[in-house]
Amino acid sequence: MPQDLHLKDHHSELRLFRNRMLVALVGVAVLLGVLVARFYNLQVVNYDDYRTQSDENRIQVRPVPPTRGLIYDRNGTLLADNRPSYNLSIVHERVQDMDATLELIGRLIQLDDADVQKFRQRMQRRRPFEPIPLRFRLSEEEIARISVNEFRLPGVSVEAELVRYYPLEKLFAHSVGYVGRINERELGRFTEEDVRRYRGTQSIGKVGLERSYEDRLLGEVGYENVETNARGRVLRVLERHDPKPGQSLTLNLDARLQKVATETLGDNRGSVVAIDVKTGGVLAFVSKPSFDPNLFVTGISFQDYRALSDSLDVPLFNRALQGQYPAGSTLKPMMALGGLADGVVDAEYTVNDPGYYVLPNDDRRYRDWKRWGHGKNVDLIQAITESCDVYFYDMAARWNIDQMHDVATRFGLGAKTGIDLPVERPGLFPSREWKRGARGLPWFPGDSLNAVLGQGFVLATPLQLAVMTATIANRGTHYRPQVVKAVGGREQPPEILHHVEARPEHWDLVFKGMEQVVYNIRGTGKAVGKGLDFKVAGKTGTAQVVGIAQGERYDSEALKERHRDHALFVAFAPLDDPQIAVSVLVENGEHSSEVAQPVAREVFRDWMSRPLEETADAGNTDSNGEGTRG
Amino acid sequence: MASRDYMHRLPDSHGGLSRPVSFSRRWHIDVPLLVLLLVLAGVGLVVLYSASGGEVHYVRRQSVFLGLALVVMLVAAQIPLDMYRRWSPWLYVGGCGLLVAVLFFGVGAKGAQRWLEIGGFRFQPSEALKLAVPMSVAAFLHKRNLPPSFFTVLGALAIVGVPAALIVRQPDLGTAILIAASGIFALYLAGLSWKLIGGALLALAAAAYPMWEWGMRDYQRQRVLTLFDPEADRLGAGWNIFQSKAAIGSGGLYGKGYMQGTQSQLDFLPESHTDFIIAVLSEEWGLRGALLLLLLYVLIIARGIYISFMAQHVFGRLLAGSITLTFFVYVFVNIGMVSGLLPVVGVPLPLVSHGGTSVVTLMAGFGILMAIGTERRRVSF
Repeated sequence: MPQDLHLKDHHSELRLFRNRMLVALVGVAVLLGVLVARFYNLQVVNYDDYRTQSDENRIQVRPVPPTRGLIYDRNGTLLADNRPSYNLSIVHERVQDMDATLELIGRLIQLDDADVQKFRQRMQRRRPFEPIPLRFRLSEEEIARISVNEFRLPGVSVEAELVRYYPLEKLFAHSVGYVGRINERELGRFTEEDVRRYRGTQSIGKVGLERSYEDRLLGEVGYENVETNARGRVLRVLERHDPKPGQSLTLNLDARLQKVATETLGDNRGSVVAIDVKTGGVLAFVSKPSFDPNLFVTGISFQDYRALSDSLDVPLFNRALQGQYPAGSTLKPMMALGGLADGVVDAEYTVNDPGYYVLPNDDRRYRDWKRWGHGKNVDLIQAITESCDVYFYDMAARWNIDQMHDVATRFGLGAKTGIDLPVERPGLFPSREWKRGARGLPWFPGDSLNAVLGQGFVLATPLQLAVMTATIANRGTHYRPQVVKAVGGREQPPEILHHVEARPEHWDLVFKGMEQVVYNIRGTGKAVGKGLDFKVAGKTGTAQVVGIAQGERYDSEALKERHRDHALFVAFAPLDDPQIAVSVLVENGEHSSEVAQPVAREVFRDWMSRPLEETADAGNTDSNGEGTRG
Repeated sequence: MASRDYMHRLPDSHGGLSRPVSFSRRWHIDVPLLVLLLVLAGVGLVVLYSASGGEVHYVRRQSVFLGLALVVMLVAAQIPLDMYRRWSPWLYVGGCGLLVAVLFFGVGAKGAQRWLEIGGFRFQPSEALKLAVPMSVAAFLHKRNLPPSFFTVLGALAIVGVPAALIVRQPDLGTAILIAASGIFALYLAGLSWKLIGGALLALAAAAYPMWEWGMRDYQRQRVLTLFDPEADRLGAGWNIFQSKAAIGSGGLYGKGYMQGTQSQLDFLPESHTDFIIAVLSEEWGLRGALLLLLLYVLIIARGIYISFMAQHVFGRLLAGSITLTFFVYVFVNIGMVSGLLPVVGVPLPLVSHGGTSVVTLMAGFGILMAIGTERRRVSF
């Protein structure tokens, strides 16, 4: 053993050890001092910073979306409602295996490929930890199935949300419109302020009033400070600033009148626009066929959308607002007034109508719709009553196209009416300048002959025809058409755009002509007045779908149904104190008396049978509305 | 105390005279150390209850671990010191053998093989070496003249180097460094020349760059980088440090109150019941609580140093000193890591963090410390 060979010096070894240990102790003390200093630095010196950090960790500001303003018709019938919908949402960050999760959900509830496809699209532009909706409107049973399997589906939750619901479905699709999920394009257009306002909001107005009144309907977003844990689960609400709900809209539209117009139009494609003569308020706004706007609210399925967009009847097309048709003879009363005002014709002026008109130095025959003509000495009233084309050919030949253009413009043709609906089409009323610019051609006298009959270049929307008719009924006061009557309880005042100046006796002549259309034995619009206890004034029209070559005879039997002429009718009532003006368009309807006039008649009948309060301005809600119109 | 020991001798296995001994010496229990350890374990359970969000599950498990560790400690205290010294080579060789086995048959997670599984029972051989290495170094030096000669130092370094290298291969750099440190502490206390220490430190500094470039894995490098700039990667690697600093700092002087720490209760603090538990204590009890805990550790370390001062032989002295200093290193590395002074290495806070293995190893070490402190005096001439 070493001990035997070498004597260990225990005392020096102990001293050495103790020295070493003391040096180590100094090291320990220094390191302890470092720790104490570190904690002092964290907990005392920088206490405020870390306190803030830890609060920011747990307290999150969550947007509280406002409830969207409701939409009512003039009588308080709800047209656009908000309903709770239970949606299935997934927080991507909390899901381990997305494919497996989707597969499992697909076995629990109905989930088609379109849902998954849309979900994946939404996932592309998500914010971190944002729940992304996968399925909307879960049924009670589906909610139960998901709840039972919750433990197998981390990151999946069922959330309640208020979504738009249109209780009258198809009836107001073309006026009220619809909301839909905010898409990428809209998101791209958002300003910073928009991004703030839409925090927490999923939907935006896409079409119709929902779009044009988006700013009013949306409301102001609120927020709440919530305490969350590290996994983002909300534990409690610390502070809440309530959102301000969007403003509600009260419309001039009348649900019952709309229904009457829609039903009497039957299976025909077409449009009905009724306007309150005294205010420009739009009472009925029909475009048929229509569609169910509810389909679009949470995202329309691919099949549904294709069915709508591929249909030959184009139900998504808003005929009343965007359909541009040849206005046909419905322009004649307006043209007559213009001719009188410009001194082209007067009450005594007559023409002879052999069934055609020939311009000087031209051998082309401009045909009258009546093959053998309307006879000799046709005056203004007869020309309107029987819709004598030759009288108006003669007037146009002696008139100036630019003056005609002025008249049409003052009645609202050839430009947007300014209605409070988006994406309106302007139609067209030609002028020399327009033709030179658009076609690069000079104006030919024959062009005037086509224009005066609302053909050739002339295009008008059914809405424009209704505005024109209301302006006539008003004896020249041209109101801006308005669908919305009040926003958030505040009345929108009627707005006069123009006043068409003409002598009273000229208006009387036009009124007389339009009255005779309905009540003269040879009038073209006799069907509209049947069985009504008040007088109606109107004018028929036909819009050619296919041009008829010179010398060819019109044979409706040989033409396919869709090549038939469109039937037009404009009218107002009652004659002595006009209240309501209507334009009716029936695509390929051919005979105004069979398809278009009955619609106008039923609209008049329904509107004039109302107690005073219903038809009067909404401001008079406190009136008891005794009595009915005589 | 020492003078009386010469007069009274027990008739024990070593023969020789003895005196009637105190309770402490009879049962080999160092009462102050035991009291301090029990207080620390109690504090640990209280903090653990809060750190696990008021669930008794972890507290119950930890209590079982502590009970088991206490038994291990008491048993370890009964074993005569000579036996440790004589058996240490076998313990050492066996431990290294198991480490080799780990490299071939080990199981583990996150790309590291640290565990051996035998019959459904898992254990970590590196734990055993935390005690075997300082014990072997102390035993090796025990027989030699001190301060150690150059060759003695080389021999001691070889004893330290083999298991450390094996553990680095697992890879578990943190444990390897701590085990190496425990052996080197024994060597240092035996009188390792300052020249050699200085030279080694210089060599280490010189090796730092090649180590960084070629010797470290990506995640290890990431941890070091995170230490210097935790903000750079707040949601990734920096998350732990960011959150633990926020927890400690937001505790302030007096803390947010027991079970009221938002960082830990709302799960922002990762690993709150294991490695990062001191952040829970600091958040809820403030600087006050953190200093009291440090004081407990200081008292335990002081008692360990006292025991090492009183030990009669080189073996006991070196082993006691090494165990105590290593214990301090654990405390320092853990708290330094949680407070953002050191890189994140998986070192639990001794006796407070949840976890069975570390508690058992630590208490076994304290058992050995008690065995040293209650060793029967004998004349060694």
